[in-house]
Amino acid sequence: MSDPVVETQDLAVRFGGVLAVDHVNFGLRERELRCLIGPNGAGKSTFFKSITGQVRGAHSSGRVFIRGQDTTGWSTHQIVRLGIGIKTQVPSVMNGLTVAENLWLSARRTAGSEGADAAVDEVLSELELGGVARRLVGELAHGQRQLVEIGTVLANKPWLVLLDEPAAGLTNAETERLVAIIKRINQTATLIVVDHDMHFVRTLDSWITVFHQGGILVEGRADKVLTDPSVREVYLGNRA
Amino acid sequence: MTASGFGIGRIRWNWLAALGVLLAVLPLAYETSTPTLLAIWALFALSLALMWGYAGIISFGHAAYFGLGAYTYAIASFNIGESTVPFLLALAVPALVAAVIGAMMFYGRISDVYLGVTTLVVTLILNRFMNATAGDAYRIGNARLGGFNGIPAFPTLNVPGDPTTEVYGTAYYYVVVVCLIAAYLICRWILASSFGRALIGIRENELRMELLGYNVPAYKTAIFAVAGAMAGLAGCLFANWAEIVTPSVFSLGQTAEVLIWVIVGGLGTLVGPMIAAVVLGSLKLALGHQTTIDNSLILGAILILVVLLIPRGFAPSSVAWRRRFAQSQVRRRQARGKRRRRVALQEAEP
Repeated sequence: MSDPVVETQDLAVRFGGVLAVDHVNFGLRERELRCLIGPNGAGKSTFFKSITGQVRGAHSSGRVFIRGQDTTGWSTHQIVRLGIGIKTQVPSVMNGLTVAENLWLSARRTAGSEGADAAVDEVLSELELGGVARRLVGELAHGQRQLVEIGTVLANKPWLVLLDEPAAGLTNAETERLVAIIKRINQTATLIVVDHDMHFVRTLDSWITVFHQGGILVEGRADKVLTDPSVREVYLGNRA
Repeated sequence: MTASGFGIGRIRWNWLAALGVLLAVLPLAYETSTPTLLAIWALFALSLALMWGYAGIISFGHAAYFGLGAYTYAIASFNIGESTVPFLLALAVPALVAAVIGAMMFYGRISDVYLGVTTLVVTLILNRFMNATAGDAYRIGNARLGGFNGIPAFPTLNVPGDPTTEVYGTAYYYVVVVCLIAAYLICRWILASSFGRALIGIRENELRMELLGYNVPAYKTAIFAVAGAMAGLAGCLFANWAEIVTPSVFSLGQTAEVLIWVIVGGLGTLVGPMIAAVVLGSLKLALGHQTTIDNSLILGAILILVVLLIPRGFAPSSVAWRRRFAQSQVRRRQARGKRRRRVALQEAEP
Protein backbone atom coordinates (compact mmCIF):
# COMPACT_ATOMS: atom_id res chain seq x y z
CA MET A 1 0.00 0.00 0.00
CA SER A 2 1.30 3.49 -0.90
CA ASP A 3 2.28 6.09 1.72
CA PRO A 4 -0.46 8.48 2.76
CA VAL A 5 -0.50 11.81 0.88
CA VAL A 6 -2.24 13.50 3.79
CA GLU A 7 -1.50 12.42 7.32
CA THR A 8 -2.20 13.87 10.74
CA GLN A 9 -0.47 12.71 13.89
CA ASP A 10 -2.17 13.37 17.21
CA LEU A 11 -3.79 16.53 15.80
CA ALA A 12 -5.71 18.50 18.39
CA VAL A 13 -7.43 21.88 18.28
CA ARG A 14 -8.70 23.60 21.38
CA PHE A 15 -10.86 26.73 21.58
CA GLY A 16 -10.85 27.83 25.22
CA GLY A 17 -12.24 24.92 27.16
CA VAL A 18 -13.60 23.10 24.10
CA LEU A 19 -11.53 20.39 22.44
CA ALA A 20 -12.81 20.78 18.87
CA VAL A 21 -10.42 18.19 17.39
CA ASP A 22 -9.39 15.46 19.80
CA HIS A 23 -5.93 14.04 18.98
CA VAL A 24 -6.85 12.72 15.54
CA ASN A 25 -4.64 10.33 13.58
CA PHE A 26 -5.78 10.35 9.98
CA GLY A 27 -4.38 9.10 6.70
CA LEU A 28 -5.42 9.55 3.06
CA ARG A 29 -3.91 7.75 0.08
CA GLU A 30 -3.25 8.93 -3.47
CA ARG A 31 -6.34 9.19 -5.71
CA GLU A 32 -8.63 8.35 -2.79
CA LEU A 33 -12.06 9.93 -2.32
CA ARG A 34 -12.73 10.29 1.38
CA CYS A 35 -15.85 11.71 3.00
CA LEU A 36 -15.70 13.20 6.46
CA ILE A 37 -19.10 13.12 8.05
CA GLY A 38 -20.57 13.79 11.45
CA PRO A 39 -23.31 15.85 13.05
CA ASN A 40 -22.97 19.62 13.56
CA GLY A 41 -20.18 20.41 15.99
CA ALA A 42 -18.44 17.05 15.46
CA GLY A 43 -15.18 18.84 14.59
CA LYS A 44 -14.95 17.91 10.90
CA SER A 45 -14.74 21.49 9.60
CA THR A 46 -12.20 22.44 12.26
CA PHE A 47 -10.17 19.38 11.30
CA PHE A 48 -10.44 20.49 7.66
CA LYS A 49 -9.28 23.98 8.59
CA SER A 50 -6.33 22.69 10.55
CA ILE A 51 -5.16 20.62 7.57
CA THR A 52 -5.40 23.70 5.35
CA GLY A 53 -3.64 26.07 7.73
CA GLN A 54 -6.72 28.13 8.51
CA VAL A 55 -6.49 27.09 12.16
CA ARG A 56 -2.98 26.98 13.53
CA GLY A 57 -0.71 28.35 16.21
CA ALA A 58 -1.63 28.38 19.88
CA HIS A 59 -4.99 26.67 19.24
CA SER A 60 -3.53 23.48 17.86
CA SER A 61 -1.03 20.73 18.56
CA GLY A 62 0.10 17.59 16.74
CA ARG A 63 1.51 17.39 13.22
CA VAL A 64 0.19 17.53 9.65
CA PHE A 65 2.05 15.96 6.71
CA ILE A 66 1.20 16.50 3.05
CA ARG A 67 3.09 14.26 0.61
CA GLY A 68 5.60 13.65 3.37
CA GLN A 69 6.23 17.34 4.05
CA ASP A 70 5.57 18.55 7.57
CA THR A 71 3.16 21.45 6.96
CA THR A 72 2.38 22.08 10.62
CA GLY A 73 2.24 25.82 11.22
CA TRP A 74 2.35 26.69 7.51
CA SER A 75 0.10 29.48 6.30
CA THR A 76 -2.80 28.64 4.00
CA HIS A 77 -1.22 30.03 0.83
CA GLN A 78 1.93 27.97 1.40
CA ILE A 79 -0.12 24.80 1.79
CA VAL A 80 -2.21 25.62 -1.29
CA ARG A 81 0.98 26.07 -3.31
CA LEU A 82 1.74 22.40 -2.77
CA GLY A 83 -1.03 21.82 -5.32
CA ILE A 84 -4.15 21.85 -3.18
CA GLY A 85 -7.56 23.24 -4.03
CA ILE A 86 -9.89 24.26 -1.21
CA LYS A 87 -13.60 24.99 -1.17
CA THR A 88 -14.84 26.48 2.09
CA GLN A 89 -18.00 25.74 4.03
CA VAL A 90 -19.50 29.20 3.35
CA PRO A 91 -19.06 29.91 -0.39
CA SER A 92 -16.02 32.12 -0.70
CA VAL A 93 -16.00 33.83 -4.08
CA MET A 94 -15.30 37.30 -5.40
CA ASN A 95 -18.82 38.64 -5.75
CA GLY A 96 -17.80 41.92 -7.38
CA LEU A 97 -15.95 40.16 -10.23
CA THR A 98 -17.31 38.14 -13.14
CA VAL A 99 -17.23 34.34 -13.25
CA ALA A 100 -14.40 34.42 -15.80
CA GLU A 101 -12.39 36.87 -13.67
CA ASN A 102 -12.78 34.64 -10.60
CA LEU A 103 -11.48 31.66 -12.57
CA TRP A 104 -8.71 33.70 -14.19
CA LEU A 105 -7.29 34.72 -10.81
CA SER A 106 -7.14 31.08 -9.87
CA ALA A 107 -5.64 29.86 -13.15
CA ARG A 108 -3.12 32.71 -13.41
CA ARG A 109 -1.16 31.57 -10.37
CA THR A 110 -0.40 28.15 -11.77
CA ALA A 111 -0.72 28.64 -15.55
CA GLY A 112 0.74 32.17 -15.76
CA SER A 113 -0.92 35.03 -17.62
CA GLU A 114 -0.41 33.30 -20.99
CA GLY A 115 -2.01 29.98 -20.05
CA ALA A 116 -4.73 31.36 -17.80
CA ASP A 117 -7.25 32.14 -20.54
CA ALA A 118 -7.15 28.58 -21.88
CA ALA A 119 -7.53 27.16 -18.35
CA VAL A 120 -10.54 29.42 -17.77
CA ASP A 121 -12.22 28.24 -20.99
CA GLU A 122 -11.57 24.64 -20.00
CA VAL A 123 -13.22 25.04 -16.56
CA LEU A 124 -16.11 27.07 -18.00
CA SER A 125 -16.94 24.26 -20.40
CA GLU A 126 -16.35 21.50 -17.83
CA LEU A 127 -18.76 23.09 -15.36
CA GLU A 128 -21.09 24.43 -18.08
CA LEU A 129 -20.68 27.98 -16.84
CA GLY A 130 -20.01 29.50 -20.28
CA GLY A 131 -23.41 31.19 -20.35
CA VAL A 132 -22.70 33.19 -17.21
CA ALA A 133 -18.97 33.78 -17.79
CA ARG A 134 -19.40 37.55 -17.99
CA ARG A 135 -21.94 37.85 -15.18
CA LEU A 136 -20.92 39.16 -11.77
CA VAL A 137 -20.76 36.25 -9.33
CA GLY A 138 -22.78 38.24 -6.77
CA GLU A 139 -25.72 38.21 -9.21
CA LEU A 140 -25.82 34.41 -9.51
CA ALA A 141 -28.01 31.91 -7.68
CA HIS A 142 -26.51 29.99 -4.76
CA GLY A 143 -26.01 26.77 -6.74
CA GLN A 144 -24.14 28.58 -9.49
CA ARG A 145 -21.96 30.37 -6.94
CA GLN A 146 -21.09 26.99 -5.41
CA LEU A 147 -20.10 25.82 -8.88
CA VAL A 148 -18.01 28.95 -9.44
CA GLU A 149 -16.15 28.24 -6.22
CA ILE A 150 -15.51 24.67 -7.31
CA GLY A 151 -14.38 26.13 -10.64
CA THR A 152 -11.81 28.34 -8.89
CA VAL A 153 -10.55 25.21 -7.14
CA LEU A 154 -10.25 23.28 -10.41
CA ALA A 155 -8.65 26.12 -12.38
CA ASN A 156 -5.62 25.73 -10.09
CA LYS A 157 -5.23 22.16 -11.42
CA PRO A 158 -4.75 20.67 -7.93
CA TRP A 159 -3.74 17.09 -7.16
CA LEU A 160 -5.56 17.27 -3.82
CA VAL A 161 -9.06 18.77 -3.59
CA LEU A 162 -10.69 19.60 -0.27
CA LEU A 163 -14.41 20.38 -0.42
CA ASP A 164 -16.20 21.55 2.69
CA GLU A 165 -19.97 21.05 2.43
CA PRO A 166 -20.14 21.38 -1.37
CA ALA A 167 -23.78 20.22 -1.50
CA ALA A 168 -25.09 22.72 1.05
CA GLY A 169 -28.11 24.60 -0.32
CA LEU A 170 -28.16 22.79 -3.67
CA THR A 171 -31.28 21.39 -5.32
CA ASN A 172 -31.51 17.65 -6.03
CA ALA A 173 -30.62 18.19 -9.68
CA GLU A 174 -27.65 20.35 -8.75
CA THR A 175 -26.50 17.76 -6.20
CA GLU A 176 -26.63 15.02 -8.84
CA ARG A 177 -24.54 17.15 -11.13
CA LEU A 178 -22.11 17.83 -8.28
CA VAL A 179 -21.70 14.11 -7.63
CA ALA A 180 -20.78 13.60 -11.29
CA ILE A 181 -18.29 16.47 -11.11
CA ILE A 182 -16.68 15.09 -7.94
CA LYS A 183 -16.33 11.66 -9.51
CA ARG A 184 -14.76 13.24 -12.58
CA ILE A 185 -12.30 15.21 -10.41
CA ASN A 186 -11.43 12.01 -8.59
CA GLN A 187 -10.17 10.48 -11.83
CA THR A 188 -7.14 12.74 -11.62
CA ALA A 189 -7.05 14.03 -8.05
CA THR A 190 -7.33 12.93 -4.43
CA LEU A 191 -10.38 14.29 -2.62
CA ILE A 192 -11.64 14.98 0.85
CA VAL A 193 -15.31 15.91 1.03
CA VAL A 194 -16.76 17.17 4.29
CA ASP A 195 -20.52 16.94 4.61
CA HIS A 196 -23.29 15.89 6.94
CA ASP A 197 -25.85 15.11 4.26
CA MET A 198 -26.04 11.29 4.44
CA HIS A 199 -27.87 10.96 1.12
CA PHE A 200 -25.20 12.95 -0.70
CA VAL A 201 -22.39 10.99 0.94
CA ARG A 202 -24.07 7.67 0.10
CA THR A 203 -24.22 8.62 -3.60
CA LEU A 204 -20.48 9.32 -3.60
CA ASP A 205 -19.94 5.71 -2.54
CA SER A 206 -16.56 6.33 -0.97
CA TRP A 207 -14.52 5.48 2.10
CA ILE A 208 -15.98 7.38 5.05
CA THR A 209 -14.54 8.80 8.27
CA VAL A 210 -17.14 9.62 10.89
CA PHE A 211 -16.33 12.39 13.34
CA HIS A 212 -17.94 12.68 16.74
CA GLN A 213 -17.03 15.05 19.57
CA GLY A 214 -13.78 16.00 17.88
CA GLY A 215 -12.49 12.45 17.37
CA ILE A 216 -12.83 9.71 14.77
CA LEU A 217 -15.73 7.47 15.72
CA VAL A 218 -15.47 4.93 12.91
CA GLU A 219 -14.00 4.54 9.41
CA GLY A 220 -14.97 2.26 6.54
CA ARG A 221 -16.91 1.81 3.29
CA ALA A 222 -20.17 3.73 2.98
CA ASP A 223 -22.45 0.68 3.19
CA LYS A 224 -20.75 -0.54 6.37
CA VAL A 225 -20.41 2.83 8.11
CA LEU A 226 -23.90 4.08 7.38
CA THR A 227 -25.45 0.97 8.93
CA ASP A 228 -23.14 1.01 11.95
CA PRO A 229 -25.26 1.30 15.14
CA SER A 230 -22.88 3.79 16.75
CA VAL A 231 -23.09 6.05 13.69
CA ARG A 232 -26.88 5.81 13.65
CA GLU A 233 -26.97 6.71 17.31
CA VAL A 234 -24.72 9.75 16.76
CA TYR A 235 -26.96 10.96 13.96
CA LEU A 236 -30.36 9.90 15.24
CA GLY A 237 -29.88 9.60 19.01
CA ASN A 238 -31.66 6.82 20.88
CA ARG A 239 -34.26 6.35 18.11
CA ALA A 240 -31.72 4.28 16.12
CA MET B 1 -8.93 38.24 -20.54
CA THR B 2 -8.84 41.75 -22.01
CA ALA B 3 -6.97 44.66 -20.49
CA SER B 4 -10.28 46.31 -19.68
CA GLY B 5 -11.40 43.44 -17.42
CA PHE B 6 -11.65 43.61 -13.63
CA GLY B 7 -13.58 46.89 -13.83
CA ILE B 8 -10.43 48.81 -14.71
CA GLY B 9 -11.58 50.22 -18.04
CA ARG B 10 -9.37 51.40 -20.88
CA ILE B 11 -7.13 54.43 -20.91
CA ARG B 12 -8.79 57.08 -23.04
CA TRP B 13 -5.67 58.25 -24.82
CA ASN B 14 -7.54 60.97 -26.72
CA TRP B 15 -8.81 62.46 -23.44
CA LEU B 16 -5.37 62.14 -21.90
CA ALA B 17 -3.79 63.88 -24.90
CA ALA B 18 -6.37 66.67 -24.76
CA LEU B 19 -5.73 67.12 -21.04
CA GLY B 20 -1.99 67.14 -21.68
CA VAL B 21 -2.39 69.91 -24.26
CA LEU B 22 -4.65 71.88 -21.90
CA LEU B 23 -2.17 71.57 -19.04
CA ALA B 24 0.67 72.49 -21.39
CA VAL B 25 -0.94 75.74 -22.53
CA LEU B 26 -2.39 76.64 -19.11
CA PRO B 27 0.65 78.75 -18.10
CA LEU B 28 -0.01 81.00 -21.11
CA ALA B 29 -3.27 82.14 -19.53
CA TYR B 30 -2.82 81.66 -15.79
CA GLU B 31 -0.25 82.13 -13.09
CA THR B 32 1.06 78.63 -12.30
CA SER B 33 1.36 78.62 -8.50
CA THR B 34 -2.22 77.49 -7.80
CA PRO B 35 -2.41 74.90 -10.62
CA THR B 36 0.89 73.47 -9.35
CA LEU B 37 -0.53 73.04 -5.86
CA LEU B 38 -3.73 71.49 -7.24
CA ALA B 39 -1.72 69.00 -9.30
CA ILE B 40 0.26 68.04 -6.18
CA TRP B 41 -2.99 67.43 -4.29
CA ALA B 42 -4.29 65.37 -7.22
CA LEU B 43 -1.14 63.22 -6.99
CA PHE B 44 -1.68 62.79 -3.25
CA ALA B 45 -5.31 61.76 -3.87
CA LEU B 46 -4.16 59.35 -6.60
CA SER B 47 -1.88 57.54 -4.16
CA LEU B 48 -4.74 56.83 -1.73
CA ALA B 49 -7.17 56.06 -4.57
CA LEU B 50 -4.86 53.30 -5.78
CA MET B 51 -4.46 51.72 -2.36
CA TRP B 52 -7.98 52.15 -1.01
CA GLY B 53 -10.02 51.92 -4.21
CA TYR B 54 -8.27 48.92 -5.73
CA ALA B 55 -6.64 47.00 -2.87
CA GLY B 56 -9.31 47.87 -0.29
CA ILE B 57 -6.76 49.14 2.25
CA ILE B 58 -8.10 52.13 4.11
CA SER B 59 -5.56 54.37 5.78
CA PHE B 60 -6.59 57.15 8.13
CA GLY B 61 -3.00 58.30 8.25
CA HIS B 62 -1.92 58.66 4.66
CA ALA B 63 -0.55 62.13 5.46
CA ALA B 64 2.30 60.38 7.32
CA TYR B 65 3.94 59.46 4.00
CA PHE B 66 3.16 62.85 2.46
CA GLY B 67 4.88 64.48 5.43
CA LEU B 68 7.78 62.03 5.41
CA GLY B 69 8.40 62.82 1.74
CA ALA B 70 8.40 66.54 2.50
CA TYR B 71 10.69 66.28 5.54
CA THR B 72 13.02 63.75 3.86
CA TYR B 73 13.53 66.10 0.93
CA ALA B 74 14.09 69.14 3.14
CA ILE B 75 16.58 67.37 5.43
CA ALA B 76 18.45 65.64 2.60
CA SER B 77 18.68 68.73 0.42
CA PHE B 78 20.10 70.72 3.33
CA ASN B 79 22.78 68.08 3.76
CA ILE B 80 23.45 67.16 0.14
CA GLY B 81 22.75 70.38 -1.70
CA GLU B 82 22.06 68.93 -5.13
CA SER B 83 18.39 67.88 -5.33
CA THR B 84 18.48 64.61 -7.32
CA VAL B 85 19.36 62.32 -4.42
CA PRO B 86 17.01 64.10 -1.96
CA PHE B 87 14.24 63.76 -4.54
CA LEU B 88 14.82 60.01 -4.81
CA LEU B 89 15.12 59.69 -1.02
CA ALA B 90 11.75 61.44 -0.69
CA LEU B 91 10.23 58.48 -2.51
CA ALA B 92 12.37 55.77 -0.93
CA VAL B 93 12.04 56.74 2.75
CA PRO B 94 8.20 56.88 2.84
CA ALA B 95 8.09 53.66 0.80
CA LEU B 96 10.40 51.95 3.26
CA VAL B 97 8.52 53.22 6.32
CA ALA B 98 5.21 52.18 4.70
CA ALA B 99 6.67 48.74 3.92
CA VAL B 100 7.76 48.22 7.53
CA ILE B 101 4.49 49.46 9.05
CA GLY B 102 2.47 47.60 6.40
CA ALA B 103 4.35 44.34 6.98
CA MET B 104 3.72 44.58 10.72
CA MET B 105 0.00 45.19 10.16
CA PHE B 106 -0.65 42.77 7.32
CA TYR B 107 1.47 39.87 8.51
CA GLY B 108 0.01 40.50 11.98
CA ARG B 109 -3.41 40.18 10.31
CA ILE B 110 -5.01 43.06 12.15
CA SER B 111 -8.53 43.95 11.09
CA ASP B 112 -9.48 46.99 8.99
CA VAL B 113 -10.57 49.03 12.00
CA TYR B 114 -7.27 48.52 13.82
CA LEU B 115 -5.44 49.19 10.57
CA GLY B 116 -7.20 52.55 10.27
CA VAL B 117 -6.45 53.41 13.89
CA THR B 118 -2.80 52.33 13.61
CA THR B 119 -2.17 54.46 10.54
CA LEU B 120 -3.87 57.42 12.19
CA VAL B 121 -1.80 57.02 15.35
CA VAL B 122 1.44 56.89 13.33
CA THR B 123 0.54 60.22 11.73
CA LEU B 124 -0.38 61.82 15.05
CA ILE B 125 2.86 60.59 16.64
CA LEU B 126 4.87 62.12 13.79
CA ASN B 127 2.89 65.34 14.11
CA ARG B 128 3.51 65.56 17.88
CA PHE B 129 7.14 64.60 17.52
CA MET B 130 7.89 67.16 14.80
CA ASN B 131 6.15 69.85 16.84
CA ALA B 132 8.50 69.03 19.72
CA THR B 133 11.75 69.34 17.77
CA ALA B 134 12.50 73.00 18.42
CA GLY B 135 16.05 73.81 19.46
CA ASP B 136 19.57 72.91 18.40
CA ALA B 137 19.41 69.41 19.83
CA TYR B 138 17.07 68.33 17.05
CA ARG B 139 19.15 68.41 13.93
CA ILE B 140 20.04 65.83 11.30
CA GLY B 141 23.38 66.84 9.83
CA ASN B 142 23.03 70.47 8.78
CA ALA B 143 19.23 70.46 8.94
CA ARG B 144 17.51 71.75 12.07
CA LEU B 145 14.06 70.25 12.37
CA GLY B 146 12.73 73.50 13.81
CA GLY B 147 9.75 72.24 15.81
CA PHE B 148 6.49 74.09 15.16
CA ASN B 149 8.24 76.46 12.73
CA GLY B 150 9.53 73.60 10.59
CA ILE B 151 12.39 73.74 8.09
CA PRO B 152 12.50 76.84 5.88
CA ALA B 153 14.86 77.89 3.10
CA PHE B 154 16.20 74.50 2.05
CA PRO B 155 17.63 74.17 -1.47
CA THR B 156 14.72 73.55 -3.85
CA LEU B 157 14.66 71.39 -6.95
CA ASN B 158 17.43 71.97 -9.47
CA VAL B 159 18.19 70.63 -12.92
CA PRO B 160 19.69 67.17 -12.23
CA GLY B 161 23.47 67.45 -11.93
CA ASP B 162 23.42 71.25 -11.97
CA PRO B 163 22.74 72.65 -8.47
CA THR B 164 23.06 76.24 -9.67
CA THR B 165 20.03 76.00 -12.00
CA GLU B 166 16.88 75.90 -9.89
CA VAL B 167 13.56 74.70 -11.26
CA TYR B 168 10.80 77.10 -10.27
CA GLY B 169 7.72 78.92 -11.55
CA THR B 170 6.38 77.62 -14.86
CA ALA B 171 9.17 75.04 -15.25
CA TYR B 172 8.30 73.63 -11.83
CA TYR B 173 4.64 73.48 -12.83
CA TYR B 174 5.62 71.31 -15.81
CA VAL B 175 7.71 69.04 -13.56
CA VAL B 176 4.70 68.51 -11.29
CA VAL B 177 2.35 67.86 -14.21
CA VAL B 178 4.78 65.32 -15.70
CA CYS B 179 5.06 63.61 -12.29
CA LEU B 180 1.26 63.47 -12.02
CA ILE B 181 0.73 62.02 -15.49
CA ALA B 182 3.60 59.55 -15.01
CA ALA B 183 2.17 58.45 -11.65
CA TYR B 184 -1.26 58.00 -13.24
CA LEU B 185 0.18 55.87 -16.05
CA ILE B 186 2.17 53.81 -13.54
CA CYS B 187 -1.02 53.22 -11.55
CA ARG B 188 -2.78 52.10 -14.72
CA TRP B 189 0.11 49.80 -15.58
CA ILE B 190 0.02 48.29 -12.09
CA LEU B 191 -3.73 47.70 -12.30
CA ALA B 192 -3.49 46.12 -15.76
CA SER B 193 -0.77 43.73 -14.55
CA SER B 194 -1.32 40.38 -12.85
CA PHE B 195 -0.24 42.04 -9.62
CA GLY B 196 -2.99 44.67 -9.97
CA ARG B 197 -5.63 42.08 -10.73
CA ALA B 198 -4.57 40.11 -7.68
CA LEU B 199 -4.99 43.28 -5.62
CA ILE B 200 -8.54 43.64 -6.94
CA GLY B 201 -9.15 40.01 -5.99
CA ILE B 202 -7.84 40.72 -2.50
CA ARG B 203 -10.17 43.70 -2.21
CA GLU B 204 -13.07 41.46 -3.19
CA ASN B 205 -12.26 38.45 -1.01
CA GLU B 206 -9.04 38.14 0.93
CA LEU B 207 -9.75 34.60 2.15
CA ARG B 208 -10.45 33.29 -1.35
CA MET B 209 -7.20 34.77 -2.66
CA GLU B 210 -5.33 33.12 0.21
CA LEU B 211 -7.07 29.85 -0.68
CA LEU B 212 -5.92 30.27 -4.27
CA GLY B 213 -2.34 30.42 -3.06
CA TYR B 214 -1.71 34.17 -3.13
CA ASN B 215 0.50 35.59 -0.41
CA VAL B 216 -2.01 38.24 0.60
CA PRO B 217 0.11 40.04 3.26
CA ALA B 218 2.97 40.39 0.75
CA TYR B 219 0.68 41.88 -1.90
CA LYS B 220 -0.85 44.31 0.59
CA THR B 221 2.53 45.33 1.95
CA ALA B 222 3.81 45.95 -1.58
CA ILE B 223 0.90 48.21 -2.59
CA PHE B 224 1.06 49.99 0.77
CA ALA B 225 4.72 50.80 0.01
CA VAL B 226 3.93 51.92 -3.55
CA ALA B 227 1.17 54.22 -2.27
CA GLY B 228 3.59 55.48 0.41
CA ALA B 229 6.16 56.31 -2.26
CA MET B 230 3.58 58.20 -4.32
CA ALA B 231 2.38 60.13 -1.28
CA GLY B 232 6.04 60.84 -0.48
CA LEU B 233 6.53 62.19 -4.00
CA ALA B 234 3.52 64.46 -3.51
CA GLY B 235 4.98 65.62 -0.18
CA CYS B 236 8.36 66.32 -1.79
CA LEU B 237 6.74 68.35 -4.57
CA PHE B 238 4.67 70.19 -1.96
CA ALA B 239 7.81 71.03 0.04
CA ASN B 240 9.42 72.45 -3.10
CA TRP B 241 6.30 74.43 -3.90
CA ALA B 242 5.93 75.88 -0.39
CA GLU B 243 9.71 76.21 0.18
CA ILE B 244 9.08 75.37 3.83
CA VAL B 245 8.09 72.18 5.65
CA THR B 246 6.17 72.35 8.92
CA PRO B 247 4.52 69.67 11.10
CA SER B 248 1.17 70.63 9.54
CA VAL B 249 1.99 68.17 6.73
CA PHE B 250 1.24 65.45 9.30
CA SER B 251 -1.94 67.13 10.54
CA LEU B 252 -5.36 65.58 10.97
CA GLY B 253 -6.68 68.10 8.45
CA GLN B 254 -4.26 66.87 5.79
CA THR B 255 -5.26 63.27 6.47
CA ALA B 256 -8.99 64.06 6.46
CA GLU B 257 -8.79 66.06 3.23
CA VAL B 258 -7.29 63.26 1.18
CA LEU B 259 -9.91 60.83 2.51
CA ILE B 260 -12.65 63.28 1.51
CA TRP B 261 -11.19 63.70 -1.99
CA VAL B 262 -11.21 59.94 -2.53
CA ILE B 263 -14.71 59.43 -1.11
CA VAL B 264 -16.18 62.32 -3.12
CA GLY B 265 -14.34 61.30 -6.30
CA GLY B 266 -15.37 57.68 -5.89
CA LEU B 267 -13.66 54.49 -4.80
CA GLY B 268 -12.50 52.17 -7.56
CA THR B 269 -11.47 54.96 -9.93
CA LEU B 270 -8.25 56.91 -10.31
CA VAL B 271 -9.60 59.90 -12.18
CA GLY B 272 -12.47 60.66 -9.78
CA PRO B 273 -10.34 61.33 -6.69
CA MET B 274 -7.92 63.46 -8.74
CA ILE B 275 -10.78 65.59 -10.06
CA ALA B 276 -12.24 65.82 -6.54
CA ALA B 277 -8.84 66.97 -5.22
CA VAL B 278 -8.68 69.71 -7.87
CA VAL B 279 -12.30 70.85 -7.44
CA LEU B 280 -12.42 70.69 -3.62
CA GLY B 281 -8.89 72.08 -3.41
CA SER B 282 -9.90 75.04 -5.57
CA LEU B 283 -12.96 75.53 -3.39
CA LYS B 284 -10.81 75.48 -0.29
CA LEU B 285 -8.44 78.06 -1.75
CA ALA B 286 -11.37 80.24 -2.82
CA LEU B 287 -12.97 80.00 0.63
CA GLY B 288 -9.61 80.86 2.18
CA HIS B 289 -10.11 84.43 0.98
CA GLN B 290 -13.14 84.94 3.23
CA THR B 291 -13.69 84.72 6.97
CA THR B 292 -17.48 84.29 7.18
CA ILE B 293 -17.59 80.49 7.05
CA ASP B 294 -15.01 78.00 8.22
CA ASN B 295 -13.43 75.92 5.44
CA SER B 296 -13.80 72.65 7.26
CA LEU B 297 -17.54 73.18 7.67
CA ILE B 298 -18.02 73.46 3.91
CA LEU B 299 -15.84 70.41 3.19
CA GLY B 300 -17.66 68.44 5.89
CA ALA B 301 -21.05 69.43 4.48
CA ILE B 302 -19.97 68.36 0.98
CA LEU B 303 -18.77 65.01 2.32
CA ILE B 304 -22.06 64.39 4.14
CA LEU B 305 -24.10 65.33 1.06
CA VAL B 306 -22.04 63.06 -1.19
CA VAL B 307 -22.25 60.13 1.23
CA LEU B 308 -26.03 60.56 1.51
CA LEU B 309 -26.86 61.32 -2.12
CA ILE B 310 -24.18 59.56 -4.18
CA PRO B 311 -22.49 57.09 -1.85
CA ARG B 312 -20.39 55.60 -4.63
CA GLY B 313 -18.82 58.99 -5.38
CA PHE B 314 -18.97 61.16 -8.48
CA ALA B 315 -16.93 59.17 -10.99
CA PRO B 316 -18.60 55.73 -10.57
CA SER B 317 -22.04 57.37 -10.31
CA SER B 318 -21.54 59.43 -13.47
CA VAL B 319 -20.56 56.25 -15.34
CA ALA B 320 -23.75 54.55 -14.04
CA TRP B 321 -25.87 57.58 -15.00
CA ARG B 322 -24.37 57.63 -18.49
CA ARG B 323 -25.01 53.90 -18.91
CA ARG B 324 -28.59 54.27 -17.70
CA PHE B 325 -29.15 57.20 -20.06
CA ALA B 326 -27.74 55.19 -23.01
CA GLN B 327 -30.01 52.23 -22.12
CA SER B 328 -33.07 54.49 -21.92
CA GLN B 329 -32.19 55.94 -25.34
CA VAL B 330 -31.97 52.43 -26.81
CA ARG B 331 -35.32 51.48 -25.24
CA ARG B 332 -36.90 54.66 -26.60
CA ARG B 333 -35.54 53.97 -30.11
CA GLN B 334 -36.87 50.39 -29.96
CA ALA B 335 -40.32 51.60 -28.84
CA ARG B 336 -40.36 54.17 -31.65
CA GLY B 337 -39.44 51.47 -34.19
CA LYS B 338 -42.23 49.20 -32.91
CA ARG B 339 -44.75 52.04 -33.14
CA ARG B 340 -43.70 52.79 -36.73
CA ARG B 341 -44.00 49.14 -37.73
CA ARG B 342 -47.44 48.92 -36.14
CA VAL B 343 -48.63 52.03 -37.99
CA ALA B 344 -47.18 50.70 -41.25
CA LEU B 345 -49.02 47.38 -40.74
CA GLN B 346 -52.28 49.16 -39.97
CA GLU B 347 -51.90 51.29 -43.09
CA ALA B 348 -51.12 48.21 -45.19
CA GLU B 349 -54.30 46.44 -44.04
CA PRO B 350 -57.23 46.82 -46.49
